[in-house]
Amino acid sequence: MTTTTELMSAAEILAGLVGAMASGRIRVIDLTQTLTPEFPQIALPPEMGQCWPFRIEEVSKYDERGPGWYWNNFSCGEHTGTHFDAPIHWISGRDLPNNSVDTIPAQHFVAPACVIDCSEQAQADHDYLLNIADIERYESRHGRIPKGAWALMRTDWSKRHDPEAYQNFDETGQHTPGPSTEAVRFLVEERGVIGFGSEAIGTDAGQGYHLRPPYPCHYYMHGAGRYGLQCLCNLDLLPPAGAVLICPPLKIEKGSGSPLRVLALVGAGS
Amino acid sequence: MATRTSRMSYDGVAVAVPVTVPYQRYSTLGAHWFLGQAVAGLLEASGLAKEQIDGLCVSSFSLAPDTAVGVTQHLGLSPRWLDHVPTGGASGVMCLRRAARAVQAGDAEVVACVAADTNHVDSFRQTLGSFSDFARDATYPYGSGGPNSIFAMITANYMRSFGAKREDFGRICVDQRSNALGNPNAMFKKALSLDEYMAARPISEPIHLFDCVMPCAGAEAFLVMSEARARDMGLPHALIRGAIERHNAYADDPVMFRGGWRVDRDDLYAQAGVAPAAIDFIQTYDDYPVIAMMQFEDLGFCEKGEGPAFVRSHTMTSGGSFPNNTSGGQLSAGQAGAAGGFLGMTETIRQLSGDAGARQVPDARLGLVAGFGMVTYDRCLCTGAVILGKAEATT
Amino acid sequence: MTMPLMRPKRKNPVLRTRQMNLPPWARGRVALGITAAAAEGRFELQTCEDCGTVQYPPREACRKCLSPRLHWREQDGAGELLGSTVLHHSNDLFFRERLPWRLGLVHLDAGPTLMVHLHGEVGDAPARVRVGARLDRAGQAVLIGFPNEGSAHMADDRMLREMTSDPKFRKALVTDGKTEVGQAIVRALVKAGADIVWVGHAEPWKKLGGLEDISALPQVTLVPLDLTNGRSVTELAGEIGGKVDIVVNNAEVHRSFGIGARRGTDVAKAEMDINYFGLLRLAQEFGPALKGRSADGATGATAWVNLLSIYALSNFPPHGTFSASKAAAHSLAQCLRAEMRPAGIRVINVFPGPIDDEWNQHTPPPKLAPATLANAIVKALRDGIEDVYPGDVAQEWLERWRDNPKILERELAAGS
Repeated sequence: MTTTTELMSAAEILAGLVGAMASGRIRVIDLTQTLTPEFPQIALPPEMGQCWPFRIEEVSKYDERGPGWYWNNFSCGEHTGTHFDAPIHWISGRDLPNNSVDTIPAQHFVAPACVIDCSEQAQADHDYLLNIADIERYESRHGRIPKGAWALMRTDWSKRHDPEAYQNFDETGQHTPGPSTEAVRFLVEERGVIGFGSEAIGTDAGQGYHLRPPYPCHYYMHGAGRYGLQCLCNLDLLPPAGAVLICPPLKIEKGSGSPLRVLALVGAGS
Repeated sequence: MATRTSRMSYDGVAVAVPVTVPYQRYSTLGAHWFLGQAVAGLLEASGLAKEQIDGLCVSSFSLAPDTAVGVTQHLGLSPRWLDHVPTGGASGVMCLRRAARAVQAGDAEVVACVAADTNHVDSFRQTLGSFSDFARDATYPYGSGGPNSIFAMITANYMRSFGAKREDFGRICVDQRSNALGNPNAMFKKALSLDEYMAARPISEPIHLFDCVMPCAGAEAFLVMSEARARDMGLPHALIRGAIERHNAYADDPVMFRGGWRVDRDDLYAQAGVAPAAIDFIQTYDDYPVIAMMQFEDLGFCEKGEGPAFVRSHTMTSGGSFPNNTSGGQLSAGQAGAAGGFLGMTETIRQLSGDAGARQVPDARLGLVAGFGMVTYDRCLCTGAVILGKAEATT
Repeated sequence: MTMPLMRPKRKNPVLRTRQMNLPPWARGRVALGITAAAAEGRFELQTCEDCGTVQYPPREACRKCLSPRLHWREQDGAGELLGSTVLHHSNDLFFRERLPWRLGLVHLDAGPTLMVHLHGEVGDAPARVRVGARLDRAGQAVLIGFPNEGSAHMADDRMLREMTSDPKFRKALVTDGKTEVGQAIVRALVKAGADIVWVGHAEPWKKLGGLEDISALPQVTLVPLDLTNGRSVTELAGEIGGKVDIVVNNAEVHRSFGIGARRGTDVAKAEMDINYFGLLRLAQEFGPALKGRSADGATGATAWVNLLSIYALSNFPPHGTFSASKAAAHSLAQCLRAEMRPAGIRVINVFPGPIDDEWNQHTPPPKLAPATLANAIVKALRDGIEDVYPGDVAQEWLERWRDNPKILERELAAGS
């Protein structure tokens, strides 16, 4: 099928995009959690190295430290808050080419997004694993997941604003939803997704350590040179298909990831 | 030179020209002003020119950062003998002894002995805080009551040990006040009754208001010269019959109940060739009445512990059986800092010159001036005493 | 008999809060020897090594034989009260505000005569007394005449309360209630009569157990507090800073690494961020509020307790970065002590040896039980002690360090 855009020049497409955004026909949805010191960060066992939480300190605020200006210094880890995982982050992706945030082709930072709704299941079962049946159900309604698209698992987990509820720890560890090993392999091998995104603190389920292999999403996605997005929010404002995700991480030399602003372009009313 | 087997006497030395710069409760003027007024007073009363004063002995607590040397430049003096004796209540006796020896040795002909202090509103507190190492470390942190708290405890111990009552101390204060009424320079002008004394507010028990001197600004001064010179100049004068001093006496007494006068008092009377009974009046150092009572004992007028009985059986007014502090003493005249140590001296010169006006002790021939000063920790360290005698007329 | 301290009435909020006027602070260098001993709870005077004479006031040469060999020795303080006075007038603001004030003159059996503050239960002379040394509000030692046998309420003596930081009827903040030590401190403060104990906890999603038990105590209020987050500290200070009388900063990160055993600085940074910077943040936020209320009635703000470590004095290489962070905290705590002094707030530094907790799992005994450490802290508050070395290991290491710090350095290096 020849679409209109195939007859338009690139300049016309872009101009059209800008115009559509100006008129509100295309809107920008912010899928990013605000970086605050209160936002939970991933907690590993105490013997391991830890990811820094977000911390911020004033340099001056129109005061004796700087009379006419306000600015801060901040610190955090590469994996603090809403953040991007690059393949180099996991041992399975360590030797791949262009595997760090500074070497990933910039082209990859704009891609279509498929939002798979597991919100009811996740509410009932905090350890819910997205499985192949969920993907098939999604595709039967919204079409095949295109190659190079983001698979985003919507769980409405981001609506848990209490940090305790968001982390959801008990004596057996963390309980947050994620994908099953089979689902990940399917998305990588059968659908060629560009990456997996979740609303919880990791792309893998909280109990992902006990899956085989441990943390299968990290293992297979990054092992195949694909990416991850975590701590997303507002996935419930996206259409199941058709949104365009813009997610460029900071260009950190040999970086394994970074906090970033994740935006989605959607049509008005979708 | 032959070694001496006994101390040299003070024969041939005169003290003359008692000068009082009237006391003020507070003054914005500096100590140098009062010093200057005192020296001017000495010159005016003696008729001497400033250049004729070739010896200077200074005592003051409020000269800092100046010392006696600075005073010479300040007042335009050029003495060939100089001493700085900042020992407060003992400085009168100590200045006199040093000046007398200088005159006897020929190191100076006319020595001006001057004690002066100013008194700013916060002088008392400043003086307390930086008085001595031991006061800073071991006294001031304990209530900062100054000498009041120390002498309160000395008084309490004395009362407990010897059965003294507050009324006994009151008698000393009341009689001194009576004497003060005849002293135009005294700060206190109203009589004091024993009832008023007893009813006064406590300062540091058992010391109450009228046991404490009133600090003020002022000066006292006198000249020391040879007896011959005093006669030549026709100056009324007195003669030194004996003098003692002692510092840090009885250091092993856990609390002060006797003073250093006791150690050398026999020597004092031997120098004068008299017994205590020959003394016509005494100027005790009266920072607190308990100390005056101790001086009655330690200077030989009664035994240790008999002070209470002594004051009960004597009247201490100028016309009484045992005149004490005929000027009113510091308790009634005021304490102009270090000048308090000179108060007894100038008053005694006046008494022995027949110049004491309404408070004249009849037939006064021998007077005893005691000094006491420098409370650094828990007692005063300096004690001293001088016996002055009337100069007999020469034919 | 001392009147037992009554719980003070609620403060009238429209009245100005009385500020602190310090008692006389100046002491000569030699006299500071009494302060140094009193900081650790001892009454010491100089004793001549040649003739045995005990000296007071402190000095540079023996008052009997002039020997300069004067050494500080602990005194039992037994003596005879020679006289006492009740002061009704003082030119010093501290005393002026607290009149009448009782003083005494004590003849120590050991020789010298001492001017002392008198405990109210000491009768009139003659009386046997026991002299002790305490730190006054200016942080300097003063001598106190105690009765030989005190009543049950003797700690409530008005004069003595100025020399101590008793938790009774006071409000305390314990910065970390998630550790065993923190919970033991909370229990000990409650037992000592604290009215309110705010208990800080960070990372609420990380449950470590024990917090629920102490939160059940009626005096306890849990408050969010993350010492690595400046805003968390600021917000809590805004909320409760104006009411805290005693701060107990027990929050710490303790790992068992030296230099080579762990690559990177992240662990060392985590230790510094709480052990050192946490103290800095806490002091910046809570310090001013404490200072403003240091003279606020009988139960006003009074003390700041830092849980340091004996390793702060000499690095323990197996816990090398932890030791360094505690050394940094110690230095800063000394700075804090100087900055708190003008307000009369006491800074108490506690230097335990290894605590019987998970991070000292490999350390052989003796180890300090959390309850023992907590009791040592409450005792220090009650006795007004400033430098506390609880437990056998701390005491021994202190002795070795004072004897020769270089030898201790070698001994600790040999162990790693």
